[in-house]
Amino acid sequence: MRKGVKSIETKHYEERDSFFDGLRRLDRRAFMRIAGLSAGIAAARGLVTPQGFQLISVAEAATPSAKPKFSFAYISDSHLYKKELNDRFVRSLLKAVDDINRLDPQPDFVLYGGDLAQLGQKEELDLGKEILKGLKAPVKMMVGEHDWFLDMGEHWRGLFGEPQYSFDHKGVHFVTLMSVNEKDFWTERKMTPMERMQTVAGLDNGIQSRFEVGPAGREWLKRDLEKLNKNTPLVVFSHSPLYKYYKPWNFWTDDADEVQALLRPFKAVTVIHGHTHQVLSNQIGNIQFHGLLSTAWPWPYAPEGLPSLTVPMNRPDPFSNFDGCGDGRIDVLESGLVDKLYNLWDRNPVTVKSSYLATGGKQDRPPTAKLPPY
Amino acid sequence: MKAISFAGALTLASVAFAGDPTGTPPLPLGLSAKLYQLTVPKPPTPAEVALGDKLFNDKRLSVDDSVSCATCHDPAKAFADGKARAVGIKNQVGQRNSPTVLNALFQATQFWDGRAGTLEDQAKLPILNPIEMGMPSPEAVVTKVRGIPEYRDAFKKLNGREPTYDDIASAIAAFERTQLAGNARFDRFLTGESKALSAKEKNGWALFNGKARCNSCHAGNAVSPLFSDQKFHNIGIAAHKQDFVQLATEALRVVRAGDEEQNDRLALETKFSELGRFLVTRNENDIGGFKTPTLRNVGVTGPYMHDGSLATLWDVIDHYNKGGTDNPFLDGGMQRLGLTEPEIDDLVAFLFALTSEDFKALEKKELASQRAKKSNRPERDTAIALGKKGHMGDLAPNPDIKNPADLGLYGPVASPEK
Repeated sequence: MRKGVKSIETKHYEERDSFFDGLRRLDRRAFMRIAGLSAGIAAARGLVTPQGFQLISVAEAATPSAKPKFSFAYISDSHLYKKELNDRFVRSLLKAVDDINRLDPQPDFVLYGGDLAQLGQKEELDLGKEILKGLKAPVKMMVGEHDWFLDMGEHWRGLFGEPQYSFDHKGVHFVTLMSVNEKDFWTERKMTPMERMQTVAGLDNGIQSRFEVGPAGREWLKRDLEKLNKNTPLVVFSHSPLYKYYKPWNFWTDDADEVQALLRPFKAVTVIHGHTHQVLSNQIGNIQFHGLLSTAWPWPYAPEGLPSLTVPMNRPDPFSNFDGCGDGRIDVLESGLVDKLYNLWDRNPVTVKSSYLATGGKQDRPPTAKLPPY
Repeated sequence: MKAISFAGALTLASVAFAGDPTGTPPLPLGLSAKLYQLTVPKPPTPAEVALGDKLFNDKRLSVDDSVSCATCHDPAKAFADGKARAVGIKNQVGQRNSPTVLNALFQATQFWDGRAGTLEDQAKLPILNPIEMGMPSPEAVVTKVRGIPEYRDAFKKLNGREPTYDDIASAIAAFERTQLAGNARFDRFLTGESKALSAKEKNGWALFNGKARCNSCHAGNAVSPLFSDQKFHNIGIAAHKQDFVQLATEALRVVRAGDEEQNDRLALETKFSELGRFLVTRNENDIGGFKTPTLRNVGVTGPYMHDGSLATLWDVIDHYNKGGTDNPFLDGGMQRLGLTEPEIDDLVAFLFALTSEDFKALEKKELASQRAKKSNRPERDTAIALGKKGHMGDLAPNPDIKNPADLGLYGPVASPEK
């Protein structure tokens, strides 16, 4: 047989595999629809097939605690310049807003993960606020270092309020942290506000300090959590990852250990963070960590320190404005933990389940990219 | 140094092929012998080709003896039909534009959505398609062909048995493997005929590789001279249909229950046709994606795009100039280009320079007819192209418009065999 010619049998098995792969990728709601549909087709053809059996076993695997209770969406790291300087990032944020507005059903709210602006300038933040107004669902804002270090958060606070706050939603306690404080490295060097901003905006930069929640922030967090029952599910938003991934790039929170200690007594804790612009998963003790995609550009993975639970995405296509970027959805489960959907533009979506992290990677492993990461 | 030795190897290879016992044919200028060898390890025999040629042109392969392969892939029209969408039996109109057969042997997949992996698989489907040739089943085709003595004898002589559906497809594919395209003004320029390209065409080539970003998908070089990345992209043509997004959402739900046969029908006659590659792979990022076609002979194989919705190459460049038609599944490589009118003219001139010498007369006719339509530009949106309206990205700074030939961007091409 000529190379490249597939036998009918090969095709049949490929078809079948791709069908089941598809099923495995579906979220539960879509799954139930397909299950109904397939059952209907099977019935109409008078078939009792192994496929029917497969559907039932998949359905049973969805234990009650893994049922989604509610969902929220996210957009993060848009790094807007003025439109005249860079329209591409504006376009990407608009695309994300359209994506989220198309979700059916609508998410309960949308988390904005920080770094709305590139250099903390008024025009940049105003433009971002204007675009985010287009979202149908309410927005919860988080600040990033790119929003902050020009005027130390003055304009951002004027637009969005205090950066550190908590709220309760459907039995889950949410905390948004201001995790990108830095110890003063600028006064001594007599930096202008823009010099300070541009220093922080650089990725590989030894001059700036490392990010921290800081003593005041930790004290606030301690008091906020004191009143809670330890069984209350906890979801924490921070811009920087609340652990120590790679120091030279500030993929890092210097007082992460102290913050984690405050979260540890709780039964179900998830940290959702921006800043790293990549698919990133981690578990430390009982705390699960999920990164957010950027709408602007993907960062490469750091040369060391990548959490072993991360199934890395492969190198994005430099020709594509969208590849490696995206937005996503977070399903809060009955268990209080979350399944995290990375809606990668120009690729298939990837879901990282809480069960994958909780079992140390033994169950529900997300699909591995065929090409190497970078 | 490397380049020179590569050129040497190619020249040696073509010398070695002359009088090749395996029957490698002389190749048109611009096609790499290596590529041909890799693609066709065992060239078809003249008997196979002759039989395939006959079948390709035989209307009796259709249910009412009215349509042959050549009806839509007319050799006189560079193996296309000049129509927006294919017209089959009883004047039924399909959903997609007939692509050229020329150089189709080099394609990784066949059809606009790549649902066939080989020329053989491709050949089988239009015969059975109810809109195209309308035969009810492979068995019916076999019965009909076996009933025609000349075919019955030819197949017996060829394979020592009565024809099967596979045998019929193999013969057609054998014929198609002999349909090669090269020998364009562009190829002659590359092999040293410096006057073969005009200044406008040369500038068009520079734009093609630079500001206009064409070569990002329509990659052409000495090793792969087709001007196609063989991939699938949503460039927004599918989004011309108003309910595209709604259909995509619906299809994500429904199509997973379909089988291959249904896929084939879906692709041609239902509203889901516009979902393109997605119907084959079921990957979300393939929604509205269609194959990057070859650009060889593009000037004489209009109208353009998978649905033939763009009449001229000016319309095509207008479409890309505004970054395509925005939709949630638009390929990330699509962005506005900011091309000026003279730049668009130069790009079109370059595209016409990819026409094979054999179609010189047709090229003249097509160029005149497209020029006549030039004043009507339904796809043009200068405000978006120049960034005055909408958000379709930024222009790259200072595009390099040096002559790519001076920069050696294409790679060495073998000189014509004397």
